[in-house]
Amino acid sequence: MTELTAKTIAELRDGFRAGEFTAREIAESFNSAVAAARTLNAYTVETPEDALASADAADKARASGEVGSLAGIPLGIKDLFATRGVNTTAGSHILKDFKPPYESTVTANLREAGAGMLGKLNMDEFAMGSSNETSTYGPVLSPWRRRGSNVGLTPGGSSGGSAAAVAAEIAPGATGTDTGGSIRQPAAFAGICGIKPTYGRCSRWGVVAFASSLDQAGPMAKTVRDCAILLEVMAGFDPKDSTSLDLPVPRWEANLSGDLRGKRVGIPKEYRIDGVPSEINTLWDRGIEWLKDAGATPVEISLPHTKYALPTYYIIAPAEASSNLARYDGVRYGLREVPESGNLDAMYSATREAGFGAEVKRRIMIGTYVLSAGFYDAYFTKAQKVRALIKQDFRRAFEQCDVILTPTAPSAAFGIGETTDPLAMYLNDVFAVPASLAGLPAMSVPGGLDEQGLPLGLHLIGNELDEQTVLNAGLAIEERAGFAARPDKWW
Amino acid sequence: MSVSNEQVRHIARLARIAMSDEELERLVPELNNILSWVEQLDQVNTDGIEPLTAVIDQKLRLRDDVVTDGDIRDEILANAPEAQHGFFAVPKVIE
Repeated sequence: MTELTAKTIAELRDGFRAGEFTAREIAESFNSAVAAARTLNAYTVETPEDALASADAADKARASGEVGSLAGIPLGIKDLFATRGVNTTAGSHILKDFKPPYESTVTANLREAGAGMLGKLNMDEFAMGSSNETSTYGPVLSPWRRRGSNVGLTPGGSSGGSAAAVAAEIAPGATGTDTGGSIRQPAAFAGICGIKPTYGRCSRWGVVAFASSLDQAGPMAKTVRDCAILLEVMAGFDPKDSTSLDLPVPRWEANLSGDLRGKRVGIPKEYRIDGVPSEINTLWDRGIEWLKDAGATPVEISLPHTKYALPTYYIIAPAEASSNLARYDGVRYGLREVPESGNLDAMYSATREAGFGAEVKRRIMIGTYVLSAGFYDAYFTKAQKVRALIKQDFRRAFEQCDVILTPTAPSAAFGIGETTDPLAMYLNDVFAVPASLAGLPAMSVPGGLDEQGLPLGLHLIGNELDEQTVLNAGLAIEERAGFAARPDKWW
Repeated sequence: MSVSNEQVRHIARLARIAMSDEELERLVPELNNILSWVEQLDQVNTDGIEPLTAVIDQKLRLRDDVVTDGDIRDEILANAPEAQHGFFAVPKVIE
């Protein structure tokens, strides 16, 4: 029998239901794998007893006949999701020891479906980063290494712990969040799948806020089917989130099909940019062939404002972050620093100086500046207008196509400490950010390995609310790419 | 537009982040780098374009103005760095 940790969520679910193994056996396998993989620094908190309790409940439920759709499945939870009574710190020192007295809607949905929790997953501080290096807990190590090298690589970010955990098989699936690529880029770096749904599909309630007009939760898992299974449970209307979409959740898994006959795949010419390794463009071409083989017709499309997406994002996201992060003031939760004989104002400043890391401060400063009197229109309003044009680009493109195919990231995983310039780091999300600004569903699926043996991802962007076509195109690629590579276990 | 040390000090004050001179010196060129990069948006003609505020069209919902939650004072105070007599406690504000 294949080790339980090597199985997909669909296999675990079906095997558990058929009585091939118990939920307790699943939980115990993953708990020991988690404990044996601490070198990766993927988990910030381990909750083996939580996973076991949910497993026991699942085994009992199975004996009585009625099981939830995720009964017996233990998951890793990104540390951005509030989990009742369990440390929730968003990878930040300023939230150290914060134990929320409530549960995020997304994780509550997962629990309601019977899922257990293996622990909280490391991430870039407040989800601001593309390499997991801004976490107060230190970087996550990718389970992947370059062929013949033992240089530590980043799993990407900000959902780096989630990506590393799934790739290292210390979680069968994990929650992630994506503000400007934070699910898709790490999924690509780690050779797994990850989908960000349409803005509003998953409730933001109980998810530590970064940039509220962009933040979306989504699943990360080994396969497209597993992503569909998890997303169906995570999504759904929530009156506690004012931008939650009041729509039924489609049956994405049941409707999965890799048959793309009649579908048009848009290939945006603006995504062929200088400086991207040829292997990535080669994989992109291969992806086009795979989708053609599945019956789709490629069409060249234009998204003329693509090059302005990143600068637009780096005005809007920091602006919203500076406003959202104003709540960390040392009064109600988290860290408090009071200088000798300091007043209230000195407490705010000292707390925020000590509690936030360099990247978070940089973004708060940018955000505060672009929102400040005299600069608001020149930066923030301007960026919102360009965002409207980016949205319009996609609206026009989807008159000519049903789904868009691009590479996920402009490189494979890089080494820890290799990228020190903030702007160079921001460029990681050059292909991911436009879909975020337009609120569109988008997914990364593994396409192959580069010359150094590292995974590369292909990126699918769908029209509003059309996660199904994204998942179906993802499945078509998955079926043809035959990506079966796993990192050698060195940890 | 580029920002001066003085402006950055002012922004830090607005953002309530204490900052040493050293940190400030380091941050000024970084911020200027980022700002001059985002200023490429000036090349885009946005005449007559409405700023986008809601990325997916939807109306904000209203609900009845009734109490739906509360009576959880101790839970709310449980994470406070300092709580006294059922309140959040902070350093003295009025001299």
